[in-house]
Amino acid sequence: MDWGSLNPLSLVATMVVASIPIMFAATGELVAEKSGVLNLGVEGMMITGAVAGFIAALETESQVAAIAAAAAAGSGISLFFGVLTQFLKSNQVATGLALTIFGLGVSALAGQNYTGQAPPQFSPPNFGPLGDIPILGQIVFGYDYLVYMAFLTVLGVWLFLNFSRAGLVLRAIGENHDAAHALGYKVTRVRLLAIMFGGATAGLGGAYLSLIRVPQWTEGMTAGAGWIALAIVVFGSWRPWRVMAGALLFGGVTLLQLNLQAVGLEINAAYLSMAPYAITILVLVAISARRSGKSADTPASLGKPFHSSA
Amino acid sequence: MNFLRKIQLAASIAAAAALSLAAPAQADPLKVGFIYVGPVSDFGWTYEHDQGRLAIESALGDAVETTYVESVPEGADAERVLTQLALAGNELIFATSFGFMDPVINVAQKFPNVKFEHATGYKRADNVSVYSARFYEGRAVIGTIAGHMTKTNIIGYVASYPIPEVVRGINSAYIHAKKVNPDVEFKVVWVYTWFDPAKEADAATALIDQGADIIMQHTDSPAAMSIAEEKGLFAFGQASDMKQFGPNARLSSIIDDWGPYYVERAKAVLDGTWESEDAWHGINEGMVGIGEFSDKIPADVQAEAQAIADAISAGEYHPFTGPINRQDGSPWLAEGETADDGTLLGMNFYVEGLEGEVPN
Repeated sequence: MDWGSLNPLSLVATMVVASIPIMFAATGELVAEKSGVLNLGVEGMMITGAVAGFIAALETESQVAAIAAAAAAGSGISLFFGVLTQFLKSNQVATGLALTIFGLGVSALAGQNYTGQAPPQFSPPNFGPLGDIPILGQIVFGYDYLVYMAFLTVLGVWLFLNFSRAGLVLRAIGENHDAAHALGYKVTRVRLLAIMFGGATAGLGGAYLSLIRVPQWTEGMTAGAGWIALAIVVFGSWRPWRVMAGALLFGGVTLLQLNLQAVGLEINAAYLSMAPYAITILVLVAISARRSGKSADTPASLGKPFHSSA
Repeated sequence: MNFLRKIQLAASIAAAAALSLAAPAQADPLKVGFIYVGPVSDFGWTYEHDQGRLAIESALGDAVETTYVESVPEGADAERVLTQLALAGNELIFATSFGFMDPVINVAQKFPNVKFEHATGYKRADNVSVYSARFYEGRAVIGTIAGHMTKTNIIGYVASYPIPEVVRGINSAYIHAKKVNPDVEFKVVWVYTWFDPAKEADAATALIDQGADIIMQHTDSPAAMSIAEEKGLFAFGQASDMKQFGPNARLSSIIDDWGPYYVERAKAVLDGTWESEDAWHGINEGMVGIGEFSDKIPADVQAEAQAIADAISAGEYHPFTGPINRQDGSPWLAEGETADDGTLLGMNFYVEGLEGEVPN
């Protein structure tokens, strides 16, 4: 085995990059779930963002337009879910699954004429002399804009949920929507906004795939990343920093095992391949073992429909 | 997904019914059904099978009528879709993924008058044929090119699952790269998926980080090609030409061309001459195509690669011709001996010189 050829700095950098799509999607889903909405349509919203961002990048050559289009498309498609579950009181699980199928279909249709094209390459932010600092320059200041946006989103969500009044209201609605309603809070409106936020970040996660990580549009290219993001929310017990850590761990281990194979580590590739999933399961078991009964972190009203007339 | 496919299937059955009602005077066309594992727009494996379906339509015109169901998971659901295709009146059904094997056998028992064609499998029945392509012949050609073109002498290989077809491809490419470049080294990464663009891209990046300057792949999406293009390195199209994904990176490609076989089999059903067969076609029969050589390949290398393709096609050269040892150094093929199909179909070992182990 030749460890010398494995550059730890570029490895760390690519591990961070590999976690960005699920970090975006999981953070948005966390907000939705904190408000009491279980949206299983993350995969559908991601792929919609992926195709919308890709099309906008090709048509406008503008990074800002691509990012905005991805967020708007993810948010827009989440409105279907929002209207169906919040106003028409449809079942959240079934509607979320439908959203995933719908997103996969719509994105395939929209992207038909864009397969096989290369997106414009967007230049990463220039930090000037900071980028030249040894070590830090590469692993802190060497990424694309979307990577920094992902970390800022985690920070923003944490601040919002824990240090703002609106965040407190959102959490209250997620814990007990009847009590929150009795206090005069607009349950449906807050949940709709939370769903749209989740859609926007999932869209950004998808766009990161199609614009930077792969970079191409292929039908169904998210290939299950949305489901991983859903698992990461539970893994992180609905806390932003833990969700971020979960995304980094999952993305990192996935990437690490590919690199270890490329280096020629003498471990059966099958074990390396299952490592990210195995580690996720182990951590989940460890977390749930610490508490008796149902996890205290789960928002109490998660997935329950709200009827204001009750 | 199930729901969507049901709608698609219902729509295609309804459309077929409407068509047959609309034209009662004409003789009934032969109905040919297809079941795909991926989307027809994957620009790889499934895309090429669908091109084969279209070839049947353009060759036989009104005499046939084709339908397809895409993105069917391998497993129990395939049996349901196959049954529906048979009930819908399809007399010839192509199942185009290895994992459809048992469902095809089960459904074929229930519909003895329907003919089934199963790609890359090995279970046959009176009404079930199997067919596959000798992709390793194409690997011999691109291995030769890669051996000449690599500057770092490291070739990266994005592999899907450790099944004989994939192992055969790695061996064939390696033998021929080594023949023209004794210093060449292969690095193989197993991604355990046929289609996950992000993972395929990450695997290609990991290989490039380890010094690979040419990427080969045995997965379905063009992600690795995009990465090679972005990094200014080389790659080969897999299953489909993939030129549009790597206008500079693509050196050549192995193209699956199912059209001639599909047309022949549909004709056989029309003529009443269809029989259960075991077809394993290569460059000669046109099932394995070698994509146009990039002008980045020097003329003499192009000529050499073409000569190998021609010799294989003419039956003068077998890509697995001895002396070849297994990885552990034990002899496999003696001088001048060629591999038999049985060994190739079950190949689960690396040849001498390859590093790492075949996962099992």
